[in-house]
Amino acid sequence: MSDVTADAVSSGPLLAADGTPLKRKLAQTTRKAKIRALMLTAPLVIFLLAGFVFPIGQMLWRSAYNPSFSEVLPNLAAVLKTWDGQGVPGEDIFEIAVADLKQSREDRSIGRAATRVNYDLPGSRSLFTSTARKVKDIDGPPYKEQLIEIDKDWDDPVLWSILKRVSDDYTAGFYLSALDRKYDTGGNIVAQEEVQQIYVKLFLRTFWMSALITFLCFILAFPVSYLLSVLPLRTSNLLMILVLLPFWTSLLVRTTAWIAMLQSEGVVNDILVSIGLVGDENRAQLIYNQTGTIIAMTHILLPFMILPLFSVMKTIPPSYMRAARSLGADSFTAFRRVYFPQTIPGIAAGTLLVFILSIGFYITPALVGGQDGQMISNLIAFHMQKSLNWSLAAALGGILLASVLLLYWLYNKLVGVDNLKFG
Amino acid sequence: MSGSGSGASNTFVEFANVQKSYDGETLVVKNLNLQIQRGEFLTMLGPSGSGKTTTLMMLAGFETATHGEILLDGKPINHVPPHKRGIGMVFQNYALFPHMTVAENLAFPLEVRGMGQAEREEKVQRVLDMVELGAFGARMPAQLSGGQQQRVAVARALVFDPELVLMDEPLGALDKNLREQMQYEIKHIHESLGVTVVYVTHDQSEALTMSDRIAVFNDGVIQQLASPEVLYEKPENAFCAAFIGENNKLNGTVTSATKTSVKVKLPTGETVTALPVNISGKKGEATTLSLRPERVFVNPRSKSIPNMFQGTVQEVIYLGDHIRTRINIAGHDDFIVKIPNSSAHPALNPGTSVKVGWSAEDCRALDAPA
Repeated sequence: MSDVTADAVSSGPLLAADGTPLKRKLAQTTRKAKIRALMLTAPLVIFLLAGFVFPIGQMLWRSAYNPSFSEVLPNLAAVLKTWDGQGVPGEDIFEIAVADLKQSREDRSIGRAATRVNYDLPGSRSLFTSTARKVKDIDGPPYKEQLIEIDKDWDDPVLWSILKRVSDDYTAGFYLSALDRKYDTGGNIVAQEEVQQIYVKLFLRTFWMSALITFLCFILAFPVSYLLSVLPLRTSNLLMILVLLPFWTSLLVRTTAWIAMLQSEGVVNDILVSIGLVGDENRAQLIYNQTGTIIAMTHILLPFMILPLFSVMKTIPPSYMRAARSLGADSFTAFRRVYFPQTIPGIAAGTLLVFILSIGFYITPALVGGQDGQMISNLIAFHMQKSLNWSLAAALGGILLASVLLLYWLYNKLVGVDNLKFG
Repeated sequence: MSGSGSGASNTFVEFANVQKSYDGETLVVKNLNLQIQRGEFLTMLGPSGSGKTTTLMMLAGFETATHGEILLDGKPINHVPPHKRGIGMVFQNYALFPHMTVAENLAFPLEVRGMGQAEREEKVQRVLDMVELGAFGARMPAQLSGGQQQRVAVARALVFDPELVLMDEPLGALDKNLREQMQYEIKHIHESLGVTVVYVTHDQSEALTMSDRIAVFNDGVIQQLASPEVLYEKPENAFCAAFIGENNKLNGTVTSATKTSVKVKLPTGETVTALPVNISGKKGEATTLSLRPERVFVNPRSKSIPNMFQGTVQEVIYLGDHIRTRINIAGHDDFIVKIPNSSAHPALNPGTSVKVGWSAEDCRALDAPA
């Protein structure tokens, strides 16, 4: 063995028959196949980059970068960056502020800057819009005095410290808001006022509900998958169609079907009343609350648990259980020690899939969730569509994405990603 | 059926009138009666669908007998669940638990029996040494070769000292050389431990190599139960003759018969003298004559041979130790003769005419297949 190594070292790199180094020869012969493979995957790669990576990247960028203030009031933003931030600035800065406000009035762009400041200082929006309306009357110094005359809030050091902060395009403020934190006037990170603390609670609720839904899916899916895996092919195929049937139905249809089932005059309540389990006057509230979200989402996500479990169980030959039994294990021990551990890749894949899908679930909680069945994605949608605070929406989405990645990393540590079997 | 149990005290496993049906319409095992002696190596041999594996599964407890009784050491076990039967089993694809190391696999039967760890480790090491895998305890099954996995499977079936070990085509997945080597290893383990082994295979050479006795299964019935020599030399019916070893088959009708000899007329008019085995001896009865290719003499010098035929050589295949020659005689195109490769036997060429003959004892008159 050592002889061979010594030989190889002494004679340098291996050469092909025509004298070119073997490595280069190999690269030459495989280049064509590599290029072809690259060409075949190129459309998908481009599509993914354009339709997935780029928008997500842009969204995440937006969560930390918001130039609305510096775009609308560029000179003021520039000068505020160099200002020391103590108290209320002097005449020179006020002069620039008046000029920028006049310009923004002409551009009709003051709303954007006002909205941006309003995120950090709620209630300040009207200060900007009304000041911009009136600022045209100022046509000479003293600018500071006149501006304060228009609105005495311009004399507030808190306002100016916030203006200095928003003049910086890069901010962690949206992430802080997403975590119920904010900067105080001194620039320290403090908790939001209690009435405004909604996001952390909602994140926790989202995680908790997702965990519960995942658990319910697992409990329901395990026996079904087992049955599917041991039944003869004909029967199991038929049952598999029933499992897959929801996939072929619109998510919206399935969710609204649950409304018909669960509402207080719905099928479930009617049955409960008719068999006398609940009285007609106190029908169970099964929908427009957390219960509704959990029931509907468990049903909708169940196939995502069944499929990986089934595909793993299908590959476990019955001889393992027989072997365990013949070696002296009773059926429970055989299940626990031999069968169950082999299903773990499927369980891991199924739980990961269901959990990740449910923490980002939107339509179902929106339709059947009522008030306390809402999840974080509903709030993201709210900020995207209603409040138009895209930066905050992006920050919330960024946190969600980060927690999914964290979860994935954790799974990789615990189970090993190459151990996952999705199908 | 020959070679039935010699004494009740020595019988370890007994099938008494066992029947098995899966669908309630056909019997997979038809009225099976079989006694297996303590320490015996018994092979159930037969084509697939012959009921041999079903019989094994009933003994292991994974199938219940539809009718009849299975006795283990004199006690009926029909209602004993598999894990309480104490029978070791080796499966077709080894069934080594893939998520456990080799040592954990071997410790599993000891663990579920509540054995202490020190004793467990000692036993595992001993059995690993027995199959010459002493250093492989920490490996995962997937890291072993097929032959090594096979040995672990055998070791696992033996580690809890069962008195009975069942093997369900355990060597089916191995290549030919390894299979032959493992046959001897399993045989040696059986001899050194003295356990009773019930072995299922469809490979006749495997059965002949390893077994004390072979039960030939076909159509849910044991066709013959005998030692390998008897089975090969003296097949009792046409199925056994055809299934085990190579066999020349000549169909004909009985013209006259005594206790020791029978004259059989072939459709082409020739008469063959044969040994009556499985015929009633009535005139006109259809029979199958069975003749091993190595018992046919080419150009016999002796005049005392009763069966002499003229044939044409059709094909000659050189196989090293012998030469397989296909000859056309008595209207049969597929009459095979094995000629030992020695200077005494000159090679034949296709197309040449040749005389072949055989003795009456080597030509067995068996039942005619329906």
